[in-house]
Amino acid sequence: MELIFEKSRQGRGCSLLPACDVPVYELDGSAVRKKAPRLPEVAEIDLIRHYSALAKRAHGVNDGFYPLGSCTMKYNPKINEEIAALPGFTRIHPLQPLSMSQGCMEVLKLAETYLCEITGMDHMTMQPAAGAHGELTGMLLIKAFHQARKDTKRTKIIVPDSAHGTNPASAVMAGFDVISIPSNAEGMVDVAKLREAVGDDTAGLMLTNPNTVGLFDKNILEITEIIHRAGGLNYYDGANLNAIMGKARPGDMGFDVIHINLHKTFATPHGGGGPGSGPVGCKDHLAVFMPGAPIQDAAAWAGADDQEMELIEKAAEEQAEELAAKQDAESKEMEKEAKDILKRLKEISGAEWEFGPIPALSIGSVRAFYGNFLVVVKALTYIMTLGREGIPEAAENAVLNANYLMSKVKDLYPVAYGKHCMHEFVLTLEELKKETGIAAMDVAKGLLDFGIHPPTMYFPLIVHEALMLEPTETESRETLDDAAEMLRKLLEIAKSDPDRLHAAPVTTPVQRLDEVGAARHPKLHYDFPE
Amino acid sequence: MGNYIPSTAGERQAMLQAIGFESMEALFKAQIPEKILLDRPLDLPSGLSEREVRSVMEAIAAKNHVFRTIFRGAGAYNHYIPSIVKSVVSNETLLTAYTPYQAEISQGILQSIFEYQTMICELTGMDASNASVYDGASAAAEATAMCRERKRTKVLVSATANPQVIRTIRTYNWGVNATVTLVPAKDGVTDWAALERLADGETACVYVQHPNYYGMLEDVDTAARLTHQAGAKLIMGVHPIAQAILKTPADYGADIVVGEGQPLGMPLSFGGPYLGFMACKQDMVRKLPGRIVGETTDKEGQRAFVLTLQAREQHIRREKASSSLCSNEALCALTAAVYMSAMGPEGMAEAARQSMSKAHEAAKKISAIPGFEMKFSGAFFHEFVTQCPIPTDELTERLECEDMLGGYPLQGELSGCILWCCTEMNTQSEIDRLAKVLEEVAEQWN
Amino acid sequence: MEFPKDVLYMKSHEWVKFLDDKTALVGISDHAQSELGDLVFVNLPLPEDTVTAGEPFADVESVKAVSDVYCPVTGMVAEINEALLDKPELLNQDPYGAWMIKVTQVTDHADLLSAEEYEKLIAEEA
Repeated sequence: MELIFEKSRQGRGCSLLPACDVPVYELDGSAVRKKAPRLPEVAEIDLIRHYSALAKRAHGVNDGFYPLGSCTMKYNPKINEEIAALPGFTRIHPLQPLSMSQGCMEVLKLAETYLCEITGMDHMTMQPAAGAHGELTGMLLIKAFHQARKDTKRTKIIVPDSAHGTNPASAVMAGFDVISIPSNAEGMVDVAKLREAVGDDTAGLMLTNPNTVGLFDKNILEITEIIHRAGGLNYYDGANLNAIMGKARPGDMGFDVIHINLHKTFATPHGGGGPGSGPVGCKDHLAVFMPGAPIQDAAAWAGADDQEMELIEKAAEEQAEELAAKQDAESKEMEKEAKDILKRLKEISGAEWEFGPIPALSIGSVRAFYGNFLVVVKALTYIMTLGREGIPEAAENAVLNANYLMSKVKDLYPVAYGKHCMHEFVLTLEELKKETGIAAMDVAKGLLDFGIHPPTMYFPLIVHEALMLEPTETESRETLDDAAEMLRKLLEIAKSDPDRLHAAPVTTPVQRLDEVGAARHPKLHYDFPE
Repeated sequence: MGNYIPSTAGERQAMLQAIGFESMEALFKAQIPEKILLDRPLDLPSGLSEREVRSVMEAIAAKNHVFRTIFRGAGAYNHYIPSIVKSVVSNETLLTAYTPYQAEISQGILQSIFEYQTMICELTGMDASNASVYDGASAAAEATAMCRERKRTKVLVSATANPQVIRTIRTYNWGVNATVTLVPAKDGVTDWAALERLADGETACVYVQHPNYYGMLEDVDTAARLTHQAGAKLIMGVHPIAQAILKTPADYGADIVVGEGQPLGMPLSFGGPYLGFMACKQDMVRKLPGRIVGETTDKEGQRAFVLTLQAREQHIRREKASSSLCSNEALCALTAAVYMSAMGPEGMAEAARQSMSKAHEAAKKISAIPGFEMKFSGAFFHEFVTQCPIPTDELTERLECEDMLGGYPLQGELSGCILWCCTEMNTQSEIDRLAKVLEEVAEQWN
Repeated sequence: MEFPKDVLYMKSHEWVKFLDDKTALVGISDHAQSELGDLVFVNLPLPEDTVTAGEPFADVESVKAVSDVYCPVTGMVAEINEALLDKPELLNQDPYGAWMIKVTQVTDHADLLSAEEYEKLIAEEA
């Protein structure tokens, strides 16, 4: 398919801006660029067709089953998109006076409050833009904690060998050395090895639970206790929170600091790789190190008495009434409902929000402003929709779906670990490869011809020829049945006609790319003809 | 209450039976120790129907004020967003896809990123761009990490850079115990004599923002000369729309270019999601963090695109990776690519010229008012600093009455001064109206 | 699979060729390159870096993996094979010609195997 640059024709364009209505200012020549950037010159129709064609050469959650392990590719509700597109959120300048952005502050505060309850943490910052960014933030908090106590010999972070690659990489970005500990035969943390690894140089542990083979580590209390006894802190990688939300909380398992992936667990779309959002939560003892300024209730902070609070509540009520007055009769009823619901959230919505002072020992900032705000809006909308009942229900069905799918394929492809699983499970195709020459990659490519996005391949590293499947709660039984059937067919082909599978996929626009050539001689931008 | 689970109660029961459990409770109890299982419902409100949640969230949004006129930038800019940008980025497939790991069914995403990389290279004159990072501030911080070597760990940052960028650079470098030193400012631009004193054989890099936080054009030629004299790398922070008309960082001799891509079609959105763009010269490509898309061929010899140079990244290199970047801001990069394609070279240049011209018109009118004199004397792009004769809060409130978001009140040494911004969105009549209010303020002050 | 006799081997599949008592060339074995697959990049140390017997001194990248390369000798890097930076495929095409570093001031070496011993080891591993 042609690149947008190849569709460019000199002199074409879209008419978007009016003529300049002020005297044109001329820059000093030495500051001006010599040659215009070779950006595309296209009409709107060229542009929209280009991107429509590109979209046809992509695969999203809306296009088919997407059991990409550890990525929680659940359905992304459309109401969340509509809410995040409201001008009352999109057209708010991050530095406008807080009295003019109380709605944004309320979104951040509500998200913080709900996410703290879901995870069992005391504080939460929305600043980190993604999971790995949250990990870096969390590691810096742990570093700041030890530094504040002048306990500077704590330089080591312990990470199981089954961990995501971001874990060790984030620890190193915070200046730590990484100690990798092997998993035991059940795919869990080897407690004996952990005991040997800890010491007075232990800064902390990074763990995800359920872990990357989809199992809940039953020794978790013992594990976090070992780290605490040694003087370290426990970091929870929230990648797999979808398995336990509303059922168990990292804060009750001995974790001091965590990150959450709003783009996984809380249903915000991945956008082809981002934006995500990776809020970081911590217990009270780490609050003074948090990045950015905390959001606080202005009145409560000022030591407001009941009378003042009443006034503030009244003002909020008046505001809601004013809003209602603007609407026609039909939406008035909806406003009444809204008011009722807001009343239930009174504690939060009646307040006037402001940023408090930046914590005394803050690590600073990991980015500008307050985080990927619109992603937080989407996640909050999702949490409010599910509520107290729906959150655990999502986790239950995620686990049910994973177990159901696993039960249907476990006799076809061996499961790496465990009899049951949480929200995902890992198959190993090691034997199949020895038998037939068909590798995990071939089965993955075969699935492409069935319109299924392949599972995560070759991860975790402790499983050979791994395929990691995470169906999520938003898939129906038929979808799971169909996927199991396709995996069965592929196994048949692997045994009867392996060459056919080596040749897969055959239905996609391109097939089996030359990745070696791409890496040896990187071509990272279009070469314009001279 | 809402949920997005398709299976009915009956289906769930049948599935539970199929896996040998009587209930969900039993399924969880078989795997999670009882003393960890939450023995109470979450303390959250009950779930809401879609209609209810819409009302609640609309009511919250209504507590924000959408200003009709904005004269504030300081890191977030109110540029025009073409309708086609919103249309393309709402495409459900592009929106709901994950990272393009499976190249065969991700050519659309991969090609769009490749095109974005090309456009960033064109704007900056650099050889390579990555697929984006979290935002402009973290891009600057990641860039400093690209330059640190065993014997060069000192990072110099011009004090005229955006304070949030400076703070983020400090935080990232504190993590690895690298020192960050500010190069002081003089009359709103970097003090080059100070840079000459500070840059030495231990300096890894120098970060200069152009136009800087105060909107001023920096003498980047001198920055490049002094930086390279010391054997260090020059990192330039740029404004992407200004870059359509300003001399390219490549022509200045920059080694790395970073910036906040929000002006390229992303709404203000209370600070995010935004777009960090990063580009560098050929000799630093392998140090560039995050995902990078490359062109290759498939087995039939057709042109195809793929994530490449992956062995630099965390999922392969783990603790030896130079960054832990995984998720980036792909949809924002797509937004920027559609924006740049819709605007084209001429449209981008026009947006830049109009922003600059309007800022100069505003500066002329504002600085003629007693008490609002220009703070600095040099050339500027679309932001500028004036004094303010009354407490800045009062001025902000006065402008609010006119439905105008006034300039940003500066803090620290420049406390009492205002950082104004114009874009192509500001009209002559808005500028006149602003000047009129300021005149009234000045009269009252006198 | 080739096992030239004019070099010595490490169990971790590197080879060393002594040019004299104090100088040696270091590379990876034919077996190593075949296990690693198509190599796409080599990270080499800088000239004048010190290297230590038994410690990693470089790494090699394939598309989806990165592997440490261990040094058979202790000494100082006198020269690196810069051709590999542009053409890592030389390691695949000619593993014993494509030396990675030249070490001088050699003071020590790791446990080294003869060609016969190394060939036997590979046979056992298979």
